Amino acid sequence: MKYRYLPQTDQDKREMLDTLGISRVEELFADIPEEVRFKGSLQIPEALSEPELVKYFSGLANKNANFSTHANFLGAGVYQHHIPSVVNHMLLRGEFFTAYTPYQPEISQGELQAIFEFQTMVCEMTGMEVANSSMYDGATSLAEAAMMAAGHTNKSKVVVSRSVHPEARSVLKTYAYGQGVEVVEADLKDNGTDTAALDALVDDQTAAVIVQYPNFFGQVEDLSSIEPIAHGKGALLIVSSNPLSLGVLEAPGRLGADIVVGDMQPFGIFASFGGPHCGYLATTSKLMRKMPGRIVGQTKDENGKRGFVLTLQAREQHIRREKATSNICSNQALLALAASIAMSAYGKQGVQEIAMLNLQKAHYAKQALAAKGLEIVGSAPTFNEFVVKLNKPVAEVNKKLLKKGIIGGYDLGIDYPELSGHMLLAVTELRTKAEIDDLAQELEAITRA
Amino acid sequence: MHNDKEKALIFELSKPGRVGYNLPALDVPEVEVTDLLPKHLIRETPAELPEVSELQLVRHYTELSRRNHGIDNGFYPLGSCTMKYNPKINEDVARYAGFAQTHPYQPEESVQGALELMYNLQNELAEITGMDAVTLQPAAGAAGEWTGLLMIRAYHESRGEKGRTKVIVPNSAHGTNPASAAVAGLETVTIPSDDRGLVDIEALRQAVGPDTAALMLTNPNTLGLFEEDIVEMAKIVHEAGGLLYYDGANANAILGIARPGDMGFDVVHLNLHKTFTGPHGGGGPGAGPVGVKKILEPFMPAPIVGKRADGTFFWDNDRPQSIGRVKGYHGNFGILVRAYAYIRSMGPEGLLQVSQNAVLNANYMMRKLAEAYELPYDRVCKHEFVLSGVRQKKLGVRTLDIAKRLLDFGFHPPTVYFPLIVDECLMIEPTETESKETLDEFIDVMLQIARECEETPELVQEAPHTTIVKRLDEATAARKPVLRYQPE
Repeated sequence: MKYRYLPQTDQDKREMLDTLGISRVEELFADIPEEVRFKGSLQIPEALSEPELVKYFSGLANKNANFSTHANFLGAGVYQHHIPSVVNHMLLRGEFFTAYTPYQPEISQGELQAIFEFQTMVCEMTGMEVANSSMYDGATSLAEAAMMAAGHTNKSKVVVSRSVHPEARSVLKTYAYGQGVEVVEADLKDNGTDTAALDALVDDQTAAVIVQYPNFFGQVEDLSSIEPIAHGKGALLIVSSNPLSLGVLEAPGRLGADIVVGDMQPFGIFASFGGPHCGYLATTSKLMRKMPGRIVGQTKDENGKRGFVLTLQAREQHIRREKATSNICSNQALLALAASIAMSAYGKQGVQEIAMLNLQKAHYAKQALAAKGLEIVGSAPTFNEFVVKLNKPVAEVNKKLLKKGIIGGYDLGIDYPELSGHMLLAVTELRTKAEIDDLAQELEAITRA
Repeated sequence: MHNDKEKALIFELSKPGRVGYNLPALDVPEVEVTDLLPKHLIRETPAELPEVSELQLVRHYTELSRRNHGIDNGFYPLGSCTMKYNPKINEDVARYAGFAQTHPYQPEESVQGALELMYNLQNELAEITGMDAVTLQPAAGAAGEWTGLLMIRAYHESRGEKGRTKVIVPNSAHGTNPASAAVAGLETVTIPSDDRGLVDIEALRQAVGPDTAALMLTNPNTLGLFEEDIVEMAKIVHEAGGLLYYDGANANAILGIARPGDMGFDVVHLNLHKTFTGPHGGGGPGAGPVGVKKILEPFMPAPIVGKRADGTFFWDNDRPQSIGRVKGYHGNFGILVRAYAYIRSMGPEGLLQVSQNAVLNANYMMRKLAEAYELPYDRVCKHEFVLSGVRQKKLGVRTLDIAKRLLDFGFHPPTVYFPLIVDECLMIEPTETESKETLDEFIDVMLQIARECEETPELVQEAPHTTIVKRLDEATAARKPVLRYQPE
């Protein structure tokens, strides 16, 4: 077998071994004790040539229903949006995707400037003053924000609404276990945060109140009624937001949020079976030095020329070690670049237009389903998702939809036992009227059968 | 080659009314937005995003890319980061619609190919590391460390040993090790290295006790040296009731040669973006799968992928003792696809040759560079080695200056000032994908710089001379942070 990624010829190896005064490469491993030396050959499949590789992986890929084979109505935190062609053309430039973290700013100005622009766009979308360069995903970003609030306020309890994404709450609990933070969940009322219940749970020992806007059920939570509950007790308000919705919804920063988190996936990032996506974290200038992760700042070089560097590094693990604000090192830089390119392509007008298309189409879908006798749950305002109550198990309905070329919605009963038989549907700008009408018709047929 | 002017920010290119997109027209009846949303929650002031044409956008990002150095541009011997070639085919494969255009919540029966890939990767990583089970959920190396340490903590707690809160790390450890211990609710105990550059065994013996949760180690260590007392170390830690954690950042040295599981490690994380060619992407995404021995399996994050007797794959969520989720959805799946494509491209013999060549390249460079630079640990290295710039420091030239001078020759510098235990440290990892010619070019330049330090030190001290910006004022950047663009 020839290995195209391994350049040393036999002659190269011979010359190098001669330099070292040894005859076999195995001699370089003499320091590994015999008893832990691996004997024999790893039991993994033999190497594939490039054409064989393509065939094998195409075969695996073709076993998966996907957005090009089916009309997709799944959302629940991961959305199918148009990705402008330019995004991937730019991402595939090797100067970007084969670079490491920009530790050497003189030869990393491209990445550093792109991140600086990303931070600016995040601030603009969320209405916040500062943002970092990215987190792993929306769920870990929310958890890190909660830990940041606990550290800043020196309080060890956070109150999170059950209308926050179930996986984000699950990740939050894992972080909280690690750092000794108590997580208390506030119950739902009509698939929104029960503000009375929330108010009862928030006390002087509460570091943060965490809500999602729009929430997991697609509802637009009224932040103006939640903000006083948090701030009244000295807690920070953490808002998790689908950034695309902020093309039409008031920015959380203007409604009193102290930390805004979420995932940039709706902007230029493949759903990719759940990752890699791009968590974002934005906050106030006051909390700037408490932020986790890499941050890029503007400065000047010796000649007074504008340039960019990684900054405020005294917060980070490679400097502060066990006293760092977080252990995060690698982040999602390439996806932050994807989001920046998409936000630049859409621009000021496009982001409003695409948000409006989502709002309108989802509203139409509600009406189309209701017209077929399906029960739309709740009357609260929604963005691009809503809940429909079915008379059959959601998994069974989805199985049937799949056969009709439709990827159906999310089974809410998985995380909310009281919502068994409830399906969460997402309708983005990519769903046509015909596809929505088709969904309504199929759902009617399945539920009547 | 480079445009010497200041590069405009994309916001500075913006002009009202210009667009870089188009979208389908609304094909459903339009409703007044005030009928859909309460007035106080409708956005009043639009986000000031740039307004540029598609070509302006393309030129902007193309120009930014030209101001960036990646592996595709040139040699990148950044120690502990394994900057090897990132195969192009892996980028194609990860973008197949059946991978990139799938939703994590699709019914199992509709994503059997994705599950099969993950199942195979779990098993093959377990085989490569000598572990019993693997979770693919952690997003990166540090996330893997934290996941592994939480499992260790949960394991001790499940046995009623809540007092096991100390994680022992050598003073050569990566910065993420103590940081990950802290966020897992554990305390770090640092032990010294001996004059071989290896863990001081006596210090380890003194450090272990009833409060020991784990020893956290990378092997080969950050000096690029194999911890040859590993069997004894494992015995000391296990006998004291602790577990062993393997930081896989340096796994590129041992593929098919030695397995952490066989060395006595109970938990391993791998950096798929290092050893297994997932691109670094300018800082991420990574993927940090964690392998465990049987005793830790009950504590793994759920779900993992299982296989039924009929050959179908499913999400195994049945883990009542799980530490919980460590990331949303199924990990950085796109990176898993790339890493698996790499493993299947190499096979068992190829992976073995990867490590052999990585180690040969490193030893060759080490021997050649020892002519002009101090070699603090003169013994066989593994995939990387450290030099010290102490000789050059006496001439008034710092390691930082040497790093900056390398930029003038089109090389990315090595990792500098790490590990902390070596004065004026240069940590060099050539990787196996670099040709002998490239290694020789770099060696020649390093030897030339050493001569410059003696003959024309100011040339090195004032470097870089050819980059688009000179050294940047990092102190002011941190003291008066400007973290976003503000219009004039």
